[in-house]
Amino acid sequence: MKLDELNINDKAIIVDIDADKTLKDRLNSFGIVKNEELTLKSSSLAKQTIEIDIDGTLIALRASEAHKIEVKKI
Amino acid sequence: MEQITVALAGQPNVGKSSLINAISNAKLKVGNFSGVTVDKTEVVYKLCDEVKCTDYEVHIIDLPGAYSLTEYTIEEKVTKSFLLNEEYDIIVNVVDSTHFQRNLLLTTQLLELGKKVIVALNMNDEAQKEGIEIDEKQLSSILGVPCIKTSASTKEGISELKQAIVDVYNKPQTTSKVIYSDFIEEEIENISNFLQDRGYKSDIPYRHLAVKLLKEDKDTYLKLHDEPIWIELQDIIKDALHHIYIHTNSKNLEEIFTDERFAFAKGAKMEAMSLRSMRAKSVTQKIDNILIDKIWGIPIFLFFMWGLFQLTFELGSIPMDYIDAFFGWLGDSVKSILGEDTQLASLVADGMISGVGAVVMFLPNIVILFLGIALLETTGYMARVAFLLDGFFHKFGLHGKSFIPLVTGFGCSVPAYMAARTLKNPKDKLITLFIIGFMSCGARLPIYVLFAGAFFGQESAGNILFVIYISGALLGLLMAKILKTFVFKGEDEPFVMEMPKYRLPSAKLIWHTVYAQAKSYLNKAGTFILAASILIWFASNYPKVDAPQNLDANQVKLYELEHSYLGKIGHASEPFFEPLGMDWRMSVALETGLAAKEVVVSTLGVLYSLGDEVDEENSGLIAQIKANIPFASAIAFIVFVMIYLPCLAASMVFAKEAGGWKYLVYLFFMTTATAWILSFVAYNITKLITGV
Repeated sequence: MKLDELNINDKAIIVDIDADKTLKDRLNSFGIVKNEELTLKSSSLAKQTIEIDIDGTLIALRASEAHKIEVKKI
Repeated sequence: MEQITVALAGQPNVGKSSLINAISNAKLKVGNFSGVTVDKTEVVYKLCDEVKCTDYEVHIIDLPGAYSLTEYTIEEKVTKSFLLNEEYDIIVNVVDSTHFQRNLLLTTQLLELGKKVIVALNMNDEAQKEGIEIDEKQLSSILGVPCIKTSASTKEGISELKQAIVDVYNKPQTTSKVIYSDFIEEEIENISNFLQDRGYKSDIPYRHLAVKLLKEDKDTYLKLHDEPIWIELQDIIKDALHHIYIHTNSKNLEEIFTDERFAFAKGAKMEAMSLRSMRAKSVTQKIDNILIDKIWGIPIFLFFMWGLFQLTFELGSIPMDYIDAFFGWLGDSVKSILGEDTQLASLVADGMISGVGAVVMFLPNIVILFLGIALLETTGYMARVAFLLDGFFHKFGLHGKSFIPLVTGFGCSVPAYMAARTLKNPKDKLITLFIIGFMSCGARLPIYVLFAGAFFGQESAGNILFVIYISGALLGLLMAKILKTFVFKGEDEPFVMEMPKYRLPSAKLIWHTVYAQAKSYLNKAGTFILAASILIWFASNYPKVDAPQNLDANQVKLYELEHSYLGKIGHASEPFFEPLGMDWRMSVALETGLAAKEVVVSTLGVLYSLGDEVDEENSGLIAQIKANIPFASAIAFIVFVMIYLPCLAASMVFAKEAGGWKYLVYLFFMTTATAWILSFVAYNITKLITGV
């Protein structure tokens, strides 16, 4: 499933990131990498933006970017 | 005296600037979101090494925060290009101990540069509170470089860090090491051994050279290519890469090394960090549950803004009356000392004192507004609002991050234009730059306070201020949409942003920020505004004309004023402003406002104190304005001030940030046209409603 499909407080593991190199580098440098565990913390109205917790860091993503991240719910 | 150049690098918002302030007593701007430092800044301090008694002059370069050494943002570009191309002795890598693993990713990249590195484990006090314990000796042995626990707020480790800088400077070469997977380590050893056997002379350790070769670093290849050793080396590298490809089942070297760095960072964290207790639900998350609530988030934010403007007006108006009265008394005293009718008395009292006084009067309001903005910047709430508003902003063609420069714009447009650098996409950046002016800056506040106080009464003035600011902001959004649809079409920048932990800023930090702003405001009043006031006084008093005989004293004054240089300028531009219900005095005030918005108030102060046709008991500027300006014209004036071009200084910065003078010309026409049209509409609607 995709990251933006998770519900609040769902935990998941990143399976794949399907983004161009720039975005991928960006995500990587925030610690968003394959096999890392994350938790969906919050989302804004109509899920336009979501907030995830990854290794203690809170990161905000737009839904369209989150859609490029394949995760497995745990 | 020896000179040491230190490059201070780290991820955004790890406290680099705070650390420098702690080391050297400098006063760099500090915030709690990424991108506060957008340019590198240099700070110099002197140090005496007591053991060897050598004096050092340490130059610290504060580099903008970079999540990694890529070129995603402007900050990362600045940092990367400095680290790769400039001359420096040591990198001090500032690490946020509370986000240890993510920070180690950058550390790994820095270690790979082959320079001397010191790791400062910053924010140690916060890490302790969160139950994070880092074994710095263990980490030091893993990374091969000194690791020092520091805290800018408690000053822990500051002197150790200073000493380490000297110690490391005196070492011949870096001792840093990044350990890779065994199959890569084998190849590194092969290459290093070969280089050693052949006695190749290298500035950096063989190990680093070997890694650079394996990473296909272009410069290293170019350099080695001309060496005789190259012929043999070529085969060794070819074999090495082949082995690596087989092991990783991939031929993408960049990806292979990225994975390696992650593995190393994770490993280093596992070995050096321990969590004393499982982190309970942290304070940040509890606050976030309320502040970024789906439904309540935005209303809460609006409430904060409303509260800020209420405070700005209500609290600010208390000392305002006293300041106004003080300058009125000062002017009268000067006149009684220098003689009522001399030119000198008029210059000092009507020119200098009225002009400067009119601006100083608003200092309390400015201080409160800047205090609010400083709190917004330093607590970490700013990033939350960007998160809340991104969806909404995106509809208007703006980026959630645009919010940060826009809010800064409520304070002053100059730093706001600079803050727009955090936007990577040039189109997003240009749109943001174009609408920053719609966020009314602090210097426009006096004008609003003056007019709101004069025309709406004390009770509702705070609300009026809020309406002015919000409608300015909404208008800005609308302009953004128009620009996005017709001018700057194109791809959007992705929104990926760190939400910093909430921090209660120290009183000292807030004090410094507000104090610096207040000081610069007063400085401006004492220099620029003073000069402008004198200029306006001259322009409004000369040339001397003989008034017709049949006028009374007040009419004579008015006649003289109308025939002065200023009157002529005002009259010349009157046709342009007449449809907006403004007389020549208001026209002149607006025109002088192109230099700085504070001058608008001081011009009004000078003009209306000279043409004093109101009764003597009510001599305050507010009363003068109320008596002389019709309500509808006042509304039109406010609307015009809200929209037209910011001050000269901001215009310069705008042109620089936008990348050309032509943009300033566009901005001038866009803002003036919008200001005129909306002001015209506002004037006529108000006239229709009130019938005045």
